[in-house]
Amino acid sequence: MLIPCPHCGPRDLGEFTYGGDATRDRPDPHSSPGGGASAEDWCGYVFYRDNPRGRHVEYWHHGQGCRLWLKVVRDTVTHKIEGAEIVGPWADAEPKKQRGAA
Amino acid sequence: MSGYRLESARIGDTVNFTFDGKRYQGVAGDTLASALLANGVDLFGRSFKYHRPRGLFSAGVEEPSALVTLGCGARAEPNTRATVVELFEGLEATSQNRWPSLALDVMAVNGLAGPILSAGFYYKTFMGPTRKAWKFYEHFIRKAAGLGKASFLPDPDRYEEMNAFCDVLVVGAGPAGMMAAMTAANSGARVILADEQSTLGGNLRDSAVATNPLAKLSATDEVTLLPRTTVYGYYDDNTLGAVERVADHLPAPVKGQPRERHWTIRARQVVIATGAIERPIVFGDNDKPGVMLADAGRLYVERHGVAPGRQVALFTNNDGAYRSVAALSAAGVAITAIVEARQEIGDQARRIAAASGAELLTGHVVTRALGGQSLSGIAVATFDPKQGASESAHRHVAADCLLVSGGWTPTLHLASQAGGPARWDDTLTAFLPGEALQPWRAAGACNGTFATATALDQGAAAGAAAAAACGFASNAPDLPQADDEPVAEAPLPVWDARPKHGKGKAFVDLQHDVTAADVSLAHREGFRSVEHLKRYTTLGMATDQGKTSNVIGLALMARERQLSIPEVGTTRFRPPYTPVSLGALAGQARGANFRPTRRTALHDWHEAKGAEMQAAGLWMRPRIYPQGGETVEQAYVREARQVRQSVGMVDVSTLGKIDVQGPDAAEFLNRVYSNGFLKLPEGKARYGLMLREDGFLWDDGTTWRLSEARFLMTTTTANAAPVLSQLEFLLAAVWPELKVAVTSVTEQWAGMAVSGPKSRDVIAAVVDDIDMSNEALPFMGVRAGHIGGVPVLVARLSFSGELAYEVYCGAHHGAAVWTRLLEAGEPFGMIPYGVEALGTLRIEKGHVAGPELDGRTTAEDLGLAAMVSTRKHFIGSAMVQREGLTDPQRLKLVGFVSTDGGKIRPGAHLVAANDTASPPRSLGHITSVTYSPALEKYIALGLLEDGPSRLGAKLVATYPLKNIDVAVEVVSPHFFDPEGSRMHA
Amino acid sequence: MARYSVFSLLSNALTGNRKWERVWRAPEPKPAYDVIIIGGGGHGLATAYYLAKNHGITNVAVLEKGWLGGGNIGRNTTIVRSNYMLPANAHFYEHAMKLWEGLSQDLNYNVMFSQRGVLNLAHTPSQLDGYARRGNAMRLHGIDAELLDRDQVAKYAPGIDLSQSTRFPVVGGLLQPRGGTARHDAVAWGFAYGADRQGVDLIENCEVTGFIREGGAITGVETSRGTIRAGKVGVAVAGNTSVVLQKAGLSNIPIESHVLQAFVTEALKPLVDGVVTFGAGHLYISQSDKGSLVYGGDLDGYNSYAQRGNLPLVKHVAAAAVTLFPNLARLRMLRSWGGIMDMSMDGSPIICKGPVPGLYINAGWCYGGFKATPASGWCFASTIANDAPHALNAAFTLERFCQGRPIDERGAGPRPELH
Repeated sequence: MLIPCPHCGPRDLGEFTYGGDATRDRPDPHSSPGGGASAEDWCGYVFYRDNPRGRHVEYWHHGQGCRLWLKVVRDTVTHKIEGAEIVGPWADAEPKKQRGAA
Repeated sequence: MSGYRLESARIGDTVNFTFDGKRYQGVAGDTLASALLANGVDLFGRSFKYHRPRGLFSAGVEEPSALVTLGCGARAEPNTRATVVELFEGLEATSQNRWPSLALDVMAVNGLAGPILSAGFYYKTFMGPTRKAWKFYEHFIRKAAGLGKASFLPDPDRYEEMNAFCDVLVVGAGPAGMMAAMTAANSGARVILADEQSTLGGNLRDSAVATNPLAKLSATDEVTLLPRTTVYGYYDDNTLGAVERVADHLPAPVKGQPRERHWTIRARQVVIATGAIERPIVFGDNDKPGVMLADAGRLYVERHGVAPGRQVALFTNNDGAYRSVAALSAAGVAITAIVEARQEIGDQARRIAAASGAELLTGHVVTRALGGQSLSGIAVATFDPKQGASESAHRHVAADCLLVSGGWTPTLHLASQAGGPARWDDTLTAFLPGEALQPWRAAGACNGTFATATALDQGAAAGAAAAAACGFASNAPDLPQADDEPVAEAPLPVWDARPKHGKGKAFVDLQHDVTAADVSLAHREGFRSVEHLKRYTTLGMATDQGKTSNVIGLALMARERQLSIPEVGTTRFRPPYTPVSLGALAGQARGANFRPTRRTALHDWHEAKGAEMQAAGLWMRPRIYPQGGETVEQAYVREARQVRQSVGMVDVSTLGKIDVQGPDAAEFLNRVYSNGFLKLPEGKARYGLMLREDGFLWDDGTTWRLSEARFLMTTTTANAAPVLSQLEFLLAAVWPELKVAVTSVTEQWAGMAVSGPKSRDVIAAVVDDIDMSNEALPFMGVRAGHIGGVPVLVARLSFSGELAYEVYCGAHHGAAVWTRLLEAGEPFGMIPYGVEALGTLRIEKGHVAGPELDGRTTAEDLGLAAMVSTRKHFIGSAMVQREGLTDPQRLKLVGFVSTDGGKIRPGAHLVAANDTASPPRSLGHITSVTYSPALEKYIALGLLEDGPSRLGAKLVATYPLKNIDVAVEVVSPHFFDPEGSRMHA
Repeated sequence: MARYSVFSLLSNALTGNRKWERVWRAPEPKPAYDVIIIGGGGHGLATAYYLAKNHGITNVAVLEKGWLGGGNIGRNTTIVRSNYMLPANAHFYEHAMKLWEGLSQDLNYNVMFSQRGVLNLAHTPSQLDGYARRGNAMRLHGIDAELLDRDQVAKYAPGIDLSQSTRFPVVGGLLQPRGGTARHDAVAWGFAYGADRQGVDLIENCEVTGFIREGGAITGVETSRGTIRAGKVGVAVAGNTSVVLQKAGLSNIPIESHVLQAFVTEALKPLVDGVVTFGAGHLYISQSDKGSLVYGGDLDGYNSYAQRGNLPLVKHVAAAAVTLFPNLARLRMLRSWGGIMDMSMDGSPIICKGPVPGLYINAGWCYGGFKATPASGWCFASTIANDAPHALNAAFTLERFCQGRPIDERGAGPRPELH
């Protein structure tokens, strides 16, 4: 598998570590405990997964590269990657000049 | 005796070799198979189950029968197909799965029990008389099973890894592949052309049609030719695995050469031109040595100058096999009869048959092979496509070799690994590549195109299309001219040629002894889906992976189910295409290099001083510095005692170190740690706890505030990488608004902890510019300064409970600072100490470490509840109060002292002294143990059910694995100086 | 009388093996059953078998979307062990072990359960201490365990690199002598045969496409072969748990599906006797009765429903194998495959009543599904029959995650890819 890191270009799977489902929003801690986010919200965030067969939005960490966290859209049946974006304040970082990709 | 060397053969250098200890001679260019065939050897091995004699069946990777053990000792290589072994001087080969000898194998009695040893028989028996029965039977079954014998000696050879990138990878260098590579290269693409054979060119090899273009290709810069290279696996995103056999054709690798080289090839486009494999037709005793695939017979004649027999018969259902007739006739080999299932054959085939002088029996099939250990003749009957073979009209034909062709099976393995289900072609009676799910194209025989001229054309087109897909304008070379030849275009679908009551065992899978009757039995018992058929009969599960048998098995099941072949289904192929050595897959990352070894800046010093080193994850750390003949315990006790009495120093460079900077750094740390960090003043350190989101304890360490916006965080050795990764995640995905950057500085800083009452004196003696007084550098204080001009950070932290300091300096200065400190400590008897003594000191203080932070404990379990703030939010705060985490029955940290002087063992469990149950109930377990020089007894930390309420209880630390019980008393985990007066001194 | 024995083999051989019957029937689905089990894998078939045998509930259908035994029961490394540390797991897997020990006789089908031992190697003193803790826990749960030193390891598994020059020298290991392997397909077929003989309908090529709900309760399923009603519906579909439960309207599932690869070599004469696991690089290896070395390692490590893995892991596992056994380098990997693991958030299974009446869940098997098969079926059948969990699976609830009562042998927390 090649993951198209927006910063480094397409890189081998072996350079990345998996971060799992990226669709879960962390409940707002300031409304808990006591109000706002419920225990169930936190359970949902920490333990429950949609685990779809097909399109999956997921985190990958380019730990042996630019060390950026990426949000990757990948099909869990074909393993085909639709796209990847940088997560967080470095999303607009200057990409490295890319060479031809598969 | 069958085969022999043809007079017409170009004779190369003589090559000496042995088979089963007997000396033979072959010639350069031979395979082991061709050389043995030339020497008249027709018995190569014994079959898996019935131990039937087996000969040579093919001339390639599909070989099911001629398996030998190559070499001996540490280089012994079992289950090697004689058909792919290139002969070299001194080669030693041994036959397999026979006793006492190949010719006389007593296990052949299994053949008599044939009907009992039907498919799946073992599921139906060996179950009694008692439950233990299987253990008895299995002992013999294991011995009888298997094929070759592997060595117990380490493989002496080396394996290499390569990563390659190209525009177009062409797999297979036959007519189609060669032209694809030529065309793509001509267009300017970077091309890799790989082929499993020693010489490229496939069926055209050695002819000018191939040698000229190949010479041109090899002279092209952007082209890599990889002969002897099998592309075995097609993985995601056009990543392909290949193995190059670098030295298997030599007696041993020459110096510096690997035996094999693994290639990971990332290609933008792939052309699959992997050819096709001929398949046989089933008849009675079709496994007899002397029965061989038709095209194999041709190859032995044309490539090696070896006749497959002296009286050869042919059995076919297609025109393609007549190429073999032509080749044998041209070489002067006598062909006695051509048994042709069809009534009508192609003109060219008919001309070849006539010219050969063989008797042409159209509308006939071979029903049985005749002879003893090898073929002496065949039984032939008339055949009607609807009625099958005649039951009565038989005749016998003398033959010492029968060439069989039942048509061709395109080599779909790679296409299937990266594609949709295969498509059935009724005319070719073959499966063809399905939809391409990755950027590949198939060309040539693997695409069902058997004629050379068409394959050349199709290859060129595939190469052009692949290059175009990479953005290269097509620039096609001229197509070479190919000779006209008969082609296996429309084989008559004859799968099993036997009449209804045919005699002899009829094999589908030769290596696993799966017969047509086994397929029928599988059907009868309901194992009807392809996968059930395979698993129940083991069809296609042998080392040849069913290359010549899978389609036949499917056809026979289709006959039983009265369905068409595609309705029965097809098998999806998984890597590898042919078996791949574990050595090649492992590459260089094995043995000592299995994982990287991380060494601290002080590693050489430790080793020079005789430290016993110990792995801590990937790091190596000094365990003890033994003196004289000290045991581990004597050494650590001496080291720990010296620290408490005077001063010692330990290498703490392996701790994770993370530089945290930015205006929001303090806020960030305050959210990451369970205790407060907002108010940590500059020049101060604080011990912090990190929880997981689920509220369980994760990591601990001290974090030092170096300036308003800069912190140095330390983590445990084990969690250095995951903590950094988590911090980066939080800053990217959870709190992107925080202006903080984190960087690993673990390897940039060398760290050493100087501990003991004299530690202040030692550091004061060498430090240039730090006031070491208690007032100027209080407990938890951090100062920057210099030692011998080297910039250092000095933090007054204590893991040992003594007055202690951690000194950090740039890693390259580590050894200099370390020795300088030791020199300064000489007057105090300062010693280096290892992780054992480090453990002793922390256990005496009740500090937790890895064995307590096991991923299942909470801060409260470990007596650290006060460090979990209830006044702020942090990672884990939302879930730390859940019922399961606050259950009073949880295991909690307490201390233990041995009350009978016995040695408490780590891993022991705690049981009540009066528990008489057998086995008694575990109340918890011992996590860390040491002999305490301070208390002069064995002490331990452990996790105990509701521990703190049991202080003073008398329990037993039981170790049933060694039948050792030690009486213990539950005590506070803070064994030594619980007030902490020493570290505040 | 038992259908299968050496006598039946002999008498059938005399009649040309023409009189063998189907091992299981191929019935048309009935309109309704007392219990439907979705998933004709090992766990589903075992559940049906024990529903009939232990609880007398025989009006049962097992619905399989493909062919029986086509999931993880047929794509694993066949290891059976009960060397667990935490009480809930130890009791459960030891119950499985006891069922394994009589399974061939019970089913009248030889599943070739072979107790040649399972050895976990330790590479540092502290790792050995960790194994001692586990081994002592096993002993205190009445499970066999032995702590081996290096010499004993050498004797148990000749060929292992015991040198100090290897990256992670062996210091000892934990052996469970009663551990071993079984013939995986035979387990599926044996349970199928046993269930069928008691009247259970095993229905292949029958995919569940939806659930029927009445008054908030599940009362049946829609399938590719029509509507089938049932008083109770049990789901035992391993890697497809989330997909199937979503059809029942459930979304709060603590499971991720991951691909786990496994490998076999060519067949060899006896070389590795028991099961050996390498503690420093995730690897487990054994030799089948047919002679192939069967080995596997870590998950590929990303969500996947493809029974197909990638190259880095293939190489990685091979590297671990030749590091542990340097004599294996010249041997050849013959086949590889991938299975879809239902990885739970604590590495332990879920066997419980579902949050909806009429629905029962059996999932979260991670790597451990094969060895659990008989106990999983046994407990799930009991849970379905009694509408309440058995003591052996009382801890394997869906609620334990939220309650903060994980059963986390590895201490890895809610990171399914790490269990």
